[in-house]
Amino acid sequence: MKRLRLLRDIHLGIKNLLLHKLRSLLTMMGVVFGVGSVIAMLAVGEGASKEALEQIRRMGSHNVIITAMKPTAEQSAANSRVRMSIYGLLYEDEGRIAAIPSVARTVPVKVILKQGRLGRRTMELRVMGTTASWFRLVRRPVLAGRVLSDEDQLRRGNVVVLTEHGARRLLATEASIGKFVLIGGEYFEVVGIVQSDSASEGAMQTPDQQTDAYIPLKVAKSRFGDVFSQRKDGTRIRELVQLHKMIVEVRSIDEVEGTAEAIEHMLKRFHKKQDYSLSVPLALLRQAEATKRTFNIVLGSIAGISLLVGGIGIMNIMLANVTERTREIGIRRAIGAKRRQIVMQFLIETVVLSMAGGGVGIGMGVLIPKMITRFAGMPTVVSASSLVLSVGISLSVGLVFGIYPALRAARLDPIEALRHE
Amino acid sequence: MSGSQDTEYAAVHMRDLHKIYTMGTQEVRALDGITTSFEKGSFWAIMGPSGSGKSTMLNLLGCLDRPTSGQYFLNGQDVSVLEDDELSDIRLKYLGFIFQSFNLIPQLTVEENIQLPLYYLGWDPEDSSERARELAARVGLEDRLDHRPNELSGGQQQRVAVARALANDPVFLLADEPTGNLDSHTGKEIMDLLSELNDQGKTIIMVTHEAEIASHATHQLHMRDGLVERTEGP
Repeated sequence: MKRLRLLRDIHLGIKNLLLHKLRSLLTMMGVVFGVGSVIAMLAVGEGASKEALEQIRRMGSHNVIITAMKPTAEQSAANSRVRMSIYGLLYEDEGRIAAIPSVARTVPVKVILKQGRLGRRTMELRVMGTTASWFRLVRRPVLAGRVLSDEDQLRRGNVVVLTEHGARRLLATEASIGKFVLIGGEYFEVVGIVQSDSASEGAMQTPDQQTDAYIPLKVAKSRFGDVFSQRKDGTRIRELVQLHKMIVEVRSIDEVEGTAEAIEHMLKRFHKKQDYSLSVPLALLRQAEATKRTFNIVLGSIAGISLLVGGIGIMNIMLANVTERTREIGIRRAIGAKRRQIVMQFLIETVVLSMAGGGVGIGMGVLIPKMITRFAGMPTVVSASSLVLSVGISLSVGLVFGIYPALRAARLDPIEALRHE
Repeated sequence: MSGSQDTEYAAVHMRDLHKIYTMGTQEVRALDGITTSFEKGSFWAIMGPSGSGKSTMLNLLGCLDRPTSGQYFLNGQDVSVLEDDELSDIRLKYLGFIFQSFNLIPQLTVEENIQLPLYYLGWDPEDSSERARELAARVGLEDRLDHRPNELSGGQQQRVAVARALANDPVFLLADEPTGNLDSHTGKEIMDLLSELNDQGKTIIMVTHEAEIASHATHQLHMRDGLVERTEGP
C-alpha cells in the first residue's frame, strides 16, 4: 500500500515534469553532462592506468630487472672502426646476486641475433639463451611440447623452444615438434612452443616481447660465444656481452626495493663503468598508482564541478517552479496536505529529474568511452563501481539541490499562497 | 451553561474569539471577541463591508489560521490550540473549501481534482475513482471527468470545486464568494446547487458581500469592526 502510494507520487511527479517538457529536458542536461563526464573520465583514467599497471605487473612486481647498457663513452669508441665494445653483465654477476639472501631466483639472459631456417623458411631470429628458471618466472601457457628443463642445461643439447611469435614467423606448428631449426649454422631440435605475451604494443616492454626462440644458456655460450659482430653502414660493430639481461626475483614484495639497492651497490663494486641499468617494476607500479590517484582527483574535481553546475541548474528551475505553483501549493494545503507531503511532492520531482538525467548520463558515459576507444584507440574501462557511483551522485544531487526549494514550498503560508496570482 | 450544549450540537462554536495583527507599531484587531454558533444542517451567510473581519473569520473557520485568543470548537473539538500538522488533518477530514476563483489544479483532470482530498486521506485509487465519479454525477459533470479545468466554463469549474469539497464528506462546506467570478445566471445555478446540498443536510458557511447571494442562505451573520453586528434567521 505504502509502496503503491510512492509509485503514484512518482507517477504524478513525472506527469508534472512532462507538462514542461523542454524545461525539464534542459534542466536535466546539467546532470546528464555531469554524470556522463564522471563516467567517461573515470573510464579513460581507468583504462590508461589499467594498461600501464597491467604491463608493469607483467614485468613482475617481485622482480628487479637488470639490463646491459652500452656506456655512452663506449658508443663513440665503437664508431672508430674495429674496436670492440665490452660491456654488460658478467656470468659471475649471477652468482653474486644469487648470494644476496633476499633473492629467490635469478634468470640470466643472453640475446643472440641469428639466421634461422625451418624447412624452406629463413628468418632473422631473436634468440634468447637462458635457463629453465626463465619459464618458472615468466609463466606462459605451453602450446605444444615442453619448455626448457634443467637437464637441457646439463646435457648442453641443441634444443629450442619457440615462442608463438617465432613459430608464426617460421611457419612452425605443432607438427614441427621434433623437427630441426637451423640457427646460425647449428641444428636445434624444436621441443616446444609457448604462448607469446598478448600485450598490445606499448611503452613498457615485457621480458619476452619480440623474442622468437629460447635455447639453453650454456649452449648459446659454447656454440655462439660472447662476441657479436655486425656490419652496418660500412662499419663493423663488434660487441662482447656476456649477459644482456638478468631478472632477479625477490622473496617478498617488501624486500624488493632494498634488494634492488643491494644489487646496485654490489654491481658498482665489480663494474668500473655504468654498463647496466636497473629497473624495478614495483617502483614503477607505485609511481603509476600515484599518478592514477592524482589523475582521478583532477578528473573527479572537474566532473564534480559540472555536477555542481547541474545541481544549481536544477535548484534554480525548482525555485521558479515553486513560485509558479504557489497557488497549487496553497490549494493542496487548504485541502489538508501537510507540510511534509508538499516537501515530498517537490522532492520527488527533483529526484525524478536528476535520476532521469543520471540515467541518460550513464548512457552517455558508457557510449563516449566506447567512441574514444574506437576512434582514438585509447583503452577505456567503464567500471561497475563508477555506474553505481553515478546513480548515487544523481540521487544526492536531486536530494541536496531539491530540498531547499521543497522546504520553501512547504513553508508557504496557505492563506498567502491562495492569494497568489 | 448553554455553551457546553452548543459545543456538542453545533458544527461550529466560537467563544470570545480574537485575532490581532501587528502591522509595524499599529495593532489591528481584525476579530475583537466573536461568540457565535453555527448549527448542524444550517446554511449561513457571513456578510459585512470590507474591513469588517470577514476574511479573517473565513481563515479561522477554515483552520488556515489560529486565533490570538478565544476558543473555536469544530464538531465539539477545540481546534484553536492545534499545531500546523493537526490543523492540516482537521481541514482534510472535516472541511470542504469552495473558493471564489475555483482553485482547481490546472494540470489535473476533473476526476483527479475531485480525488485530491481522497489522495491525501490515503484512499485506495479504485475507491477514490468511484467516489469521484459519484460526486461528478451529483454536480452534473459525469461526462467531463477527463477534461482539464481550462476546458470547462466557469460554472462547470465551480461545480468541480463543489464536488471536490464534498469528497471527504465534511462537517461543513466553507464557501468564499462562490459566485464572485460567475455571471448572474451561472451564479444562481451554483447557489441552487448549494441550497440543494443544504436541503440534503449539508452544513454550509458562506462569506459574501452580495445581499442577493446571501438571501439563498437560511441564516445571516452581519459583521462590523471585528464584531458580530447581528444575526438573522428563522
